[in-house]
Amino acid sequence: MTATTTLPATEQTDALGIHQPRLPKWAPAGIALGAAAVGVGIGTVAGLSSRIQWGLIAALLFVLASYAISATVEGKRQAKDRFATSMVWVAFLLAVIPLASLIWETVSRGIKVLDAYFLTHSMSGVVTIQPGGGVYHAILGTLEQVGIATLISAPIGLLTAIYLVEYGKGKLAKAVTFFVDVMTGIPSIVAGLFILSLWIMMLGFSYSGLAGAMALSILMMPVVVRSTEEMLKLVPNELREASYALGVPKWKTIMKVVLPTSIGGITTGVMLAIARIAGESAPLLLLVFGNPVINGNPFDGAQAGLPLFIYEQWANGNEASYDRAWAAALVLIAFVMILNLVARGIARWKAPQHR
Amino acid sequence: MAKRIDIGSLSAYYGKFKAIEDISMTVEPKSVTAFIGPSGCGKSTFLRTLNRMHEVAAGAHVEGKVMLDDEDLYAPGVDPVAVRRTVGMVFQRPNPFPTMSIYDNVAAGLKLNGRYKKSELDAVVEKSLKGANLWNEVKDRLNRPGSGLSGGQQQRLCIARAIAVEPQVLLMDEPCSALDPISTIAIEDLIGELKKKYTIVIVTHNMQQAARVSDRTAFFNLAAVGQPGKLIEIDDTERIFSNPSVQATEDYVSGRFG
Repeated sequence: MTATTTLPATEQTDALGIHQPRLPKWAPAGIALGAAAVGVGIGTVAGLSSRIQWGLIAALLFVLASYAISATVEGKRQAKDRFATSMVWVAFLLAVIPLASLIWETVSRGIKVLDAYFLTHSMSGVVTIQPGGGVYHAILGTLEQVGIATLISAPIGLLTAIYLVEYGKGKLAKAVTFFVDVMTGIPSIVAGLFILSLWIMMLGFSYSGLAGAMALSILMMPVVVRSTEEMLKLVPNELREASYALGVPKWKTIMKVVLPTSIGGITTGVMLAIARIAGESAPLLLLVFGNPVINGNPFDGAQAGLPLFIYEQWANGNEASYDRAWAAALVLIAFVMILNLVARGIARWKAPQHR
Repeated sequence: MAKRIDIGSLSAYYGKFKAIEDISMTVEPKSVTAFIGPSGCGKSTFLRTLNRMHEVAAGAHVEGKVMLDDEDLYAPGVDPVAVRRTVGMVFQRPNPFPTMSIYDNVAAGLKLNGRYKKSELDAVVEKSLKGANLWNEVKDRLNRPGSGLSGGQQQRLCIARAIAVEPQVLLMDEPCSALDPISTIAIEDLIGELKKKYTIVIVTHNMQQAARVSDRTAFFNLAAVGQPGKLIEIDDTERIFSNPSVQATEDYVSGRFG
């Protein structure tokens, strides 16, 4: 396979026994290339059709070769180190490849019909088998539904977390923690069914963006509570004590010292929770219902939403609809990505300064 | 403005655990009183009972009396928040508020407790920073974050923050243990200055420091781990370090302890 080189024997006497032959710096890269080449070779010769098989063979070869070469040249301890390192690299690649391929697929297919017209028009009057139409009504719906869900769940989640960290002790706090844990595990379709039976079937309201937002807020709330709780716990107790020692009451200490110190992390947590619910389709299917025309009023009547739009277009089962589904998926991914970037920006901007 | 503290048979608990037992002493106004003793003997706990910071911990409570001149700090109807405005505290590790500038850190006690004019705040900030011997080092960067200062400067910033609310008494919990010798000297000089105006109580593990800065010294000890800490004796610092009346004190200050 790849050539192995050892460092030139050291001139000095090695009285302490601290010198050891090391593989050159490029060795891991070389072994990886060699393993990839052999993997491709085996794949072609054996006529394996799946590229995944080629890759797995190459990965296996890489790990084994790293260990074997290192063991012969560098000794056992180094070989174990190389083994662990190569496993980490393989795991990293295994994790990244599906992600990269997903983004590549979405971008390359979605870019086809994604233009200003697509972003500014609805599906009103468009026959599904024809190209044209747009996603404006779905973007509007998603923004409104996610916005309302955030308005409902962020304050409740924030206050719950403050209660749990700053005030909560005893049975009530334990019960709240338990139910937050339970809520974390609620499948989105169950949240949707709950609102459906309560809001639409029992109370007799109609389909609306608000109904969807309520289901989304059920999903969002535990995420906000959990992340805010962690951020508040990170605030050193010394800061609270410093504030108390100045004669500042507890509520003001929380408002002026604890929250400002952790606001960056809290905002990031809320943003990530928004990103998590923006892609939920099941509750929208039950509660928002979907609508090809623009309905800007989230409190009345069926609306559209991006995940719902993707589902509907895909279900149409023709080329023009597939294109629209991919483009909408791209818009949704971009939306979530922008939220993530904004969250990072806020976290960096609000982080306690040190210089 | 400095006040005398009279402590009468005070015990402090963490839940069921009794941390200090039956301590009585008098802290003289406009002087420095040092608390010394081995780790775990309850010095810091005792210090924290003097401004009702002890009860911030879950399950902590206190029995006994702490008289600030004629007022019992533990009498029913006394607001612990108001007590802490009267009895300020400086902690072991410098803890400036990380989201606030140097100026806002010093002004925090005032700003968080009420509305003040900008000119009033400016005056208090300058006076407090001068009082903490920090003004010359930071006057050109008052709007920079307090966490950018060195450890010794941060501790002096915390002292400035504590004296900005004009307390009657200043409690210091090992204020120099996280600092280098030069910063320590700066803080010790400052303590010498501050005692002209305030009653100061300082907990320290450094016996030379106690000898250098304090007028009176109290020695605390505990019978065994898990037993409550007790006051062994309190006397003029000179006597404690030269001719204490209890053998255990002499063993401790001369390093023959344990």
